[in-house]
Amino acid sequence: MKKLNLVLATLAAALGVASAASAQKAEVIHWWTSGGESAAVKQLADAYNKAGGQWVDNAIAGGDNARAAALNRIAGGNPPVASQFNTSKQYHELIDADLLSSVDDVAAKEGWDQWMPKPIKDVIKIKGHYFAVPVNIHSGAWFWYSKAVLAKAGVAEPKTEAEFWNALDKIKASGQIGFAQSGTLTYERATFTAVLLHMGGRDLYNKFYGDKDINATKSPAFRTVLEKFKRLRNYTDPGVPGRTWNDTTALLVTDKAGFQTVGDWAKGEFLAAGKTAGKEFGCFAGWGPAAPYMISGDVFVLPKTSNKESIAAQQLMARVITSPATQVAFNMKKGSIPIRPDVDASGMDICAQAGVIALKDPARQTPDPSMLMAPDVYGKVADVITKFWNTDMKAEEAQNQLVAVLSAK
Amino acid sequence: MKKPRKGPATAWAAHWALLPMGATVLIAYIASILWTVRISLSNSKMLPRSDWAGLTQYINLFTTDRWSTALINIGLFGLFFIAGALALGFLLAVFIDQKVRLEGIFRTIYLYSFAMSFVACGVVWQWMFNPALGIQRSLRNWGWDSARFDWIASQDMAIYCVVICVLWHSSGLVMAILLAGLRGVDDEQWKAARIEGIPRWRYYLNIVLPQLGPSFGTATVLLAVSVVKLYDAVVAMTNGGPGDATDVPTKFIMDNLFERQNIGLASAASATMLVTVVIIVAPLLYARSRASR
Repeated sequence: MKKLNLVLATLAAALGVASAASAQKAEVIHWWTSGGESAAVKQLADAYNKAGGQWVDNAIAGGDNARAAALNRIAGGNPPVASQFNTSKQYHELIDADLLSSVDDVAAKEGWDQWMPKPIKDVIKIKGHYFAVPVNIHSGAWFWYSKAVLAKAGVAEPKTEAEFWNALDKIKASGQIGFAQSGTLTYERATFTAVLLHMGGRDLYNKFYGDKDINATKSPAFRTVLEKFKRLRNYTDPGVPGRTWNDTTALLVTDKAGFQTVGDWAKGEFLAAGKTAGKEFGCFAGWGPAAPYMISGDVFVLPKTSNKESIAAQQLMARVITSPATQVAFNMKKGSIPIRPDVDASGMDICAQAGVIALKDPARQTPDPSMLMAPDVYGKVADVITKFWNTDMKAEEAQNQLVAVLSAK
Repeated sequence: MKKPRKGPATAWAAHWALLPMGATVLIAYIASILWTVRISLSNSKMLPRSDWAGLTQYINLFTTDRWSTALINIGLFGLFFIAGALALGFLLAVFIDQKVRLEGIFRTIYLYSFAMSFVACGVVWQWMFNPALGIQRSLRNWGWDSARFDWIASQDMAIYCVVICVLWHSSGLVMAILLAGLRGVDDEQWKAARIEGIPRWRYYLNIVLPQLGPSFGTATVLLAVSVVKLYDAVVAMTNGGPGDATDVPTKFIMDNLFERQNIGLASAASATMLVTVVIIVAPLLYARSRASR
């Protein structure tokens, strides 16, 4: 009898140890697969593992693919513990269908109501409850440039739009690529958005993306924006079609091209290649101290589950992601800005510090288009823009097609 | 002679054996098709909704510029791909039929491309067509400085790059089918033709080709299936670009089903494709059933 008790006790202890060791296992779907991004997500994984969890990485290349996989898993009843989305409307239908857990307790503890920027709060706080954990603040409409290319062409950092066009002309005349463009749907639309924001102005941007104003889309000012967007094509190289965003940033890293408009996630690529902001590459988010600052970012959503182990893992995930140490470690590698205002910004490079200053001014905070438009309308805008960029479509025709997209049900 | 009567036990067993297949057809195929048509009549976005939207999704579909382009692209692709594959497959089969030495090795080489995945084919051919990496660069390196082969970056020619890639992939299959057909052609006819003084190529064109009707029919059906489901090759090669020059209906459907979160529109597009295929196939099936009577 004693021997049996001993065996049973050992078995129970072993099972207990085993279950404790496998506690807080978190399968995380994300799309951070480029060099800089992988280094950044490793910071999150390390912090989570150190806090007692077990990060099971499920990286899927391509934001669209990763989101599609996550949506299917969630809708199909086999959700991951956490899933990456952009700070946008991409997951709102999941909230409406009651498929996501709320993170109100973490939000209350960290005081999100007090300091979270309004554009972000608008898309993560729905009907009074928080449904997503923001992990960073990105800004989509930055200009990046290679100092070597500009120096060879004899131009300085452009402080106005006129200087920008002048710089492009000079770089082209010096035999280098003036404007590096990624020939993918997302980034053709992103360049158009940057031109609309910085050359068309914040009002026109908000009218188009926010209000879906038909009259603003038909206006001559909008046509000018489209023509300026098409004009950038004169400064690109033949390798544009199909080139990914990070291969395009590589052109700047290797001093082959002058400018690129892409978000501050490109900084991760520069950092991974050992370049320093202000030395080999420069950055500016528009012209002038009142330039609109487009905010976007990434969040993790926590799909509703009845599995106790997964719920514990989700609570730990939310705590770890928003902790100050993890925020600093992750964002330094990623090129983005921490969501918390109470972290030490002195270790950040000049681009991130400029971003922090811009972020502090509520008048400059502008939502990213995916925060304002539903995914299918945003996708249809991309279809029109890519056709406009790649064919000899006239600006008026593009205006008409965009009006049709905005007015469709 | 009286037909032997099948006992009741045999009939019962046969019906039971067909039950799994019958269930699969009913549930997986027919029910899915009905569900898709139902969703295409609703306002479903990311998740299915049970409201009624009438023909809104179909109207949206046919006023979408991208869908019209996709249909034109698949039409062009289908035409050139099927014609090209049949011609190329026939030539390869005739070549092998010449009783060459190492026939087995040649046959394997030509058929090997069919074993590759479309994604692998698409990626490799993308590199071949890339002006900075592939054929254009090689030609320039070999001395022909003004060589241009940037079809893949051109709005009009990009779809033909996809045709070439899938042609390379599937010609081997056509060759195998036609070779089997050729082997069924009586060799005595060649002797008769030689006596008449008919040249070899004439013999193949006028005498052998008409006899390969059923083989060509089989090959065409298989190729047509490849045309309708063309997706992975396009995504791997050009991702629909530049612009929407290589967009195809399946890519339109997949984009709307997942990334664009608009399953209503995707279902309408799927239903449209189904109707198109049925319209093309139904007369053929009817003709076949008439012929077999």
